[in-house]
Amino acid sequence: MSEMLSVRNLSKRFGAIQAVDNVSFTVKRGEVLGFLGPNGAGKSTTMKMITGFLAPTAGTAIVCDHDVTRDPVAVKSKIGYLPEGAPAYPDMTPQAFLSFVGGIRGYSGAKKQARIERAAHLLHLEGVMQRPIDTLSKGFKRRVGLAQAILHDPEVLILDEPTDGLDPNQKHEVRTLISNLAKDKAVIISTHILEEVDAVCTRAMIISQGRVVVDGTPDELAARSRYHNAVSIVLKAQVMHKVDEQVRKLPIVAGTEQIQGEDGLACLVAFAHGGQPIIAEISQIARDPANQVEEVRVERGRLDEVFRTVTEGRS
Amino acid sequence: MRNLCHIFSRELGGYFATPVAYVFLVIFLGMAGAFTFYLGNFFDRGQADLSSFFVFHPWLYLILIPALSMRLWAEERKSGTIELFLTLPISIAEAVLGKFLAAWAFTGIALALTFPIWITVNLLGSPDNGVILAGYIGSLLMAGGYLAIGAAVSAATKNQVIAFVVAAALCFIFTVSGSPIVLNFFSGWAPQAIVEVVASFSFVAHFNAITRGVIDGRDIVYFGTLIAVFLFANAAIVDLKKSS
Repeated sequence: MSEMLSVRNLSKRFGAIQAVDNVSFTVKRGEVLGFLGPNGAGKSTTMKMITGFLAPTAGTAIVCDHDVTRDPVAVKSKIGYLPEGAPAYPDMTPQAFLSFVGGIRGYSGAKKQARIERAAHLLHLEGVMQRPIDTLSKGFKRRVGLAQAILHDPEVLILDEPTDGLDPNQKHEVRTLISNLAKDKAVIISTHILEEVDAVCTRAMIISQGRVVVDGTPDELAARSRYHNAVSIVLKAQVMHKVDEQVRKLPIVAGTEQIQGEDGLACLVAFAHGGQPIIAEISQIARDPANQVEEVRVERGRLDEVFRTVTEGRS
Repeated sequence: MRNLCHIFSRELGGYFATPVAYVFLVIFLGMAGAFTFYLGNFFDRGQADLSSFFVFHPWLYLILIPALSMRLWAEERKSGTIELFLTLPISIAEAVLGKFLAAWAFTGIALALTFPIWITVNLLGSPDNGVILAGYIGSLLMAGGYLAIGAAVSAATKNQVIAFVVAAALCFIFTVSGSPIVLNFFSGWAPQAIVEVVASFSFVAHFNAITRGVIDGRDIVYFGTLIAVFLFANAAIVDLKKSS
């Protein structure tokens, strides 16, 4: 069974607000799906419905062959979930908290302790296991929440903003952890850090106003950018206009953008018609010594620009 | 059942992880003692029984039990841990029962810690310990009734102040429903049968019947049914909040 999670026509209405509007997708084993979208787009609401915390207005989610609206307990036992804000009982120590969750997840005795130690080790919690959770820093609290989510080695992992509040080193570690865990799981993470999509996701979905507006690999997403296959030319500022004219004359170039830099340097960006490769034509111009070109590079596309384009004016 | 045990022990442990347990126990024991000896004239009555101890329990519970029950669900909803709690593989029934039983066990502990007064009365005279045991059972049942009401109210809000005030008001109505303050409201227009039904809801009437030493099946059924109804309401509210 490669299809571990299947969301079917999921909708959620809060009074007059349509929070999630007919969302359907599937996640296979080994896939890491990144949920992107502006705040209030419906990312968390979708996650809450998959994990059985909220009941959908219409539609359902099937997790490992169990329907969340019919058999929520079976679904919940298959899922590891980090809710938004990583809530945990503040008066408990991570040891007691993980022990409680481990007990509910069906472990006891030495096996439970081994599970707790493994999760604590993966998230570097060893030093704080006996301190009350409300005395811990934001980064530790988030990692306690993650430890709780991966404790039972779930088949489906749903993480709502897993790296929020972590420092760059911790972010890197958590992303590496997710990538390592993802091999035999289906993973959904929500984030508004676009670099995270490149770092961990095999697939990305942009949600806006409760609808899926883009669904594809990070590369496919980047390909929708105006900057996809655009070429940036770093050159001396005084030759900018001359080179710009030459580049514009190429029929394959849709337009250019001039960016002034420091130390007498400037950057000229040439956009391609429909994202076609234009590096061959541009590099001929760049090779002319009279143009004093310092550097030429092909742009992959900018996720933040795609993100803005598809969500702008919608939320 | 296994899940129920885990939830029960986490909840009960939760009381003792914070000052809540100790503050509650000290105030409960202090007030129970003060009421018995000063308002109840325990010594002056010169009788070897605990009726001056039990008679104040409804009023003691009226203040203290909503304070205990207000946090049961409201606190989890406020802090967001409810999302974690309700996405664990447990049923709503287990969640509701686990929380209720832990709170009930805690009031049981508080009640058990009043044992010095039982020792005192046994040292001073020779009371009927069967009647005293009945009083303790009645008091525990009544505490369960107050708690079930408070738990259901707590599930409906994330504001603990609202949970306290509404629960205290509901508990007050159930406490005094046999007295003129409630009965006069009905007796003007409602038929006698309804007035009698309302009067029969009184916590105090059923509790007093038990503390006289007669454990009547009807009184047990009354408290049992009341607890069941409010726990059912509690579960329904938790379930309803899922789809709101």
